[in-house]
Amino acid sequence: MTVKHVRELDRVVIRFAGDSGDGMQLTGDRFTAETASFGNDLSTLPNFPAEIRAPAGTLPGVSSFQLHFANYDILTPGDAPDVLVAMNPAALKANLPDVPKGATIIVDTGDFTPRALKKVGWETNPLEDNSLSAYKVHALDLSGITMEALAPFDLSRKDASRSKNMFALGLLSWMYGRSIDGTVTFLREKFAARETIRDANIAALKAGWNYGETTEEFSVSYQVKPAAMPAGTYRNITGNLALSYGLVAAAHQSRLPLFLGSYPITPASDILHELSKHKRFAVRTFQAEDEVAAIGAALGASFGGALGVTTTSGPGVALKGETVGLAVSLELPLVIVDVQRGGPSTGLPTKTEQADLLQVIYGRNGESPVPVVAASSPSDCFHAAIEAVRIAVTYRTPVFLLSDGYLANGSEPWQVPDVDSLPTIDPNFATEPNHDGDGTGEREFWPYLRDAETLARPWALPGTPGLEHRIGGIEKLDGPGTISYDPNNHDHMVRLRQAKIDGIAGIPDLEVEDPGSEARLLVLGWGSTYGPIGAAVRRARKAGHHVAQAHLRHLNPMPANTGDVLRSYDRVLVPEMNLGQLALLLRGKYLVDIVGYNRVRGLPFKAEELADVIMEEVGAL
Amino acid sequence: MTAPVDLGLPGLAGVPTTDVKQTKKDFTSDQEVRWCPGCGDYAVLAAVQGFLPDLGLARENIVFVSGIGCSSRFPYYMNTYGMHSIHGRAPAIATGLASSRPDLSVWVITGDGDALSIGGNHLIHALRRNVNLTILLFNNRIYGLTKGQYSPTSEQGKITKSTPMGSLESPFNPVSLALGAEATFVARTIDSDRQHLTSVLSAAAAHRGTSLVEIYQNCNIFNDGAFEILKNRDSRDEVLIRLEHGEPVRFGADGQHGVRRNPSTGSLEVCAGDDPGVVVHDATADDPTQAFALSRLADPGTLARSPIGIFRQVERPAYGDLMAAQLDEAAAKQGEGDLQALLRGKDTWTVA
Repeated sequence: MTVKHVRELDRVVIRFAGDSGDGMQLTGDRFTAETASFGNDLSTLPNFPAEIRAPAGTLPGVSSFQLHFANYDILTPGDAPDVLVAMNPAALKANLPDVPKGATIIVDTGDFTPRALKKVGWETNPLEDNSLSAYKVHALDLSGITMEALAPFDLSRKDASRSKNMFALGLLSWMYGRSIDGTVTFLREKFAARETIRDANIAALKAGWNYGETTEEFSVSYQVKPAAMPAGTYRNITGNLALSYGLVAAAHQSRLPLFLGSYPITPASDILHELSKHKRFAVRTFQAEDEVAAIGAALGASFGGALGVTTTSGPGVALKGETVGLAVSLELPLVIVDVQRGGPSTGLPTKTEQADLLQVIYGRNGESPVPVVAASSPSDCFHAAIEAVRIAVTYRTPVFLLSDGYLANGSEPWQVPDVDSLPTIDPNFATEPNHDGDGTGEREFWPYLRDAETLARPWALPGTPGLEHRIGGIEKLDGPGTISYDPNNHDHMVRLRQAKIDGIAGIPDLEVEDPGSEARLLVLGWGSTYGPIGAAVRRARKAGHHVAQAHLRHLNPMPANTGDVLRSYDRVLVPEMNLGQLALLLRGKYLVDIVGYNRVRGLPFKAEELADVIMEEVGAL
Repeated sequence: MTAPVDLGLPGLAGVPTTDVKQTKKDFTSDQEVRWCPGCGDYAVLAAVQGFLPDLGLARENIVFVSGIGCSSRFPYYMNTYGMHSIHGRAPAIATGLASSRPDLSVWVITGDGDALSIGGNHLIHALRRNVNLTILLFNNRIYGLTKGQYSPTSEQGKITKSTPMGSLESPFNPVSLALGAEATFVARTIDSDRQHLTSVLSAAAAHRGTSLVEIYQNCNIFNDGAFEILKNRDSRDEVLIRLEHGEPVRFGADGQHGVRRNPSTGSLEVCAGDDPGVVVHDATADDPTQAFALSRLADPGTLARSPIGIFRQVERPAYGDLMAAQLDEAAAKQGEGDLQALLRGKDTWTVA
């Protein structure tokens, strides 16, 4: 046996890439799970095509999963991979531009046939023509070795070669000192009904590990020590899962039954899938005939006293617009989750973007104010969901909760909260008439008689005697809520609805992180750019620059001090994955100029590119 | 598999009742009714307000949900809970309400434009799912609130503001459509026939699942007389077929006409009333074939040979009941939800 060296690293970025049928997402998920339980901080970025099985071996069919893990707290899935695992020529070609010189590339040569090479436009084999000399290349016949290892199993060639992802996972697990026990348990459960497949996958996984341990191909393995994190219980969590849990928790904390109306749409469908599992929490999930019915059913359930929620992506928001307007007029609680993706139209269904901000704030007829809350990281989706529900229930209003494709599928460690520490939400249902009738001496119920402090109207549920009332989308008289076409009343009601949203309480001031308080540049973001901006600001500070950072969670209304914060810096830089939507809002609201940095590539920002922009802006001051 | 649902439950099981005697006045709101004088909607409103006291339901557990259109103003005039929503969406909104609140009697008020044009998708899916709703479809074969454009039930060639040379489209037959959409209760009645209207409404309310009641309703402003041949004393006996469950299908002043199956095509045709082949109406038949064939007897233009009454009334578990059964089953099998355990999950690690 060869002598193996162990080298210690602070952080590593690994990217698994293969055909969309190669199981790269699963491989990444499993490596992530082992890394999480090892105690590293981590951040992940799955990247896959919209097609379920794009033609094999083609560039559009390449699916990848990037994982960044470290012995300190990290904020992004990493700019560039230190290690690329490429399962075929297409995966190598598609990902090579992202791989820095000197990085390690592990390639499965099993599919490097002239035909496969030609399919991706390579005339010669890059593994033989010296074109990869700048990288540390391990060219291995992973498919062949896997099939050899699985020879004792009664499997077709095709089935045997399908386990090559587990072989690769075993090899990488050895390289980085990850345990494979969790994955063995996982495979046992996943393939409990198919013994041969189960045993073959476990054998391939172990063969991969042993291959690293015993062959001379790899002389060094690496160690990334656990990160120092606050004491507590942790788990790894994706944004969609955290958001689902946030909704279940908010229903629990408000003692409202959760009703989800949803229509399948990427990248939001996993929330529907997840919530469908939690019927024992009295969660009702309704897969509607379309986006309009999905929100309609949720609103109907809200009228009946449920926590009505609908989940979708940008195209679905466009369809739901009229019903959101109805909810604004009815003044009923409703949460609309928009997991944003690349647009317009079908756009880039599996890629990320944050270009729905103006749509959710303004995309309805009439003056139709709706609060907007945006999650900033995968685990933050949990708390953002609870905040969205708090506002919706307290103020009897639809609320948009923004996530995006990166948050939805990306993951990070999450300190599991103690349920007792979560806020409680009081639905405060109306139980009695609230107004003296005209000279009759009898009390009557006015559905639009507002709470003086919150301006919220009473939420009176069907089934409550004496509170029978009719509400609708037609303008209503302030107080009684009966139909009114009176010009002054309409003007008054439009302003009342706006004032109710503008006056939402409990929105914390915008916090600025400005160590030393010497910064003249503020970098302000919202949503999923939190991680990349934070990582970039760190880099700039490390390089000796003073930079302030702030992040908006409430996009409507914004924190009360937002204008003051903006005006206290010489320059405000707003990086966004759109063409400047927040910048437009800030300029209009606060008359402050904004420097935008805008990219819509369907991928999160890289820390390095943002750091360069920040340092350029600091330098220009 | 879900737990079996008791199919014996009628449509209003679970809705609280009251011992207090109710009158029509109890169901009349303080809002001034603003339909055009002479509108058929008044008759339907009066019939509903007049028949609801007979059900003896707690008034606060009744909800009327409507879309947009003349008939959709209906909820404002009912002293119950109500929602006047947006165009075409009432069945979807009512689906969320009814499937999360089994203690409510939920009614949908809609029209031919609302239900069959902009809301066609929601209507067919509510029927397919068999949500526990009673849908009253006011069919006046015209757009009234937008002032007189042809509707999806207007006869082909109809001259309206938007079709000065006549409409080009074939109309929907709402009963055929509902039967095709797997509806469990489908009926048709006429605004001016109070007794028939009330009997159909009673049966619809008692049905568990989606009941669709098409009401031929006269718009005296934009489509006056659309159903005149079915109402006029001189013509109606010859063209109106009153369906009675378990009875032979006959019509004419003396029952001189009947309906029989054409042995070569399988479809229904008019025959003499004493023809030995006159079919017997079975609304409870599992197979909707004969109900569908009956719905096709009417001339799509003139409506001659229109059957009224209950075409189909069969039992199938209601959507909300199945949903509730799954919730109960999950709680019984896995125990009530434990939020802390859910958040913790299986794969955790502890940092000391």
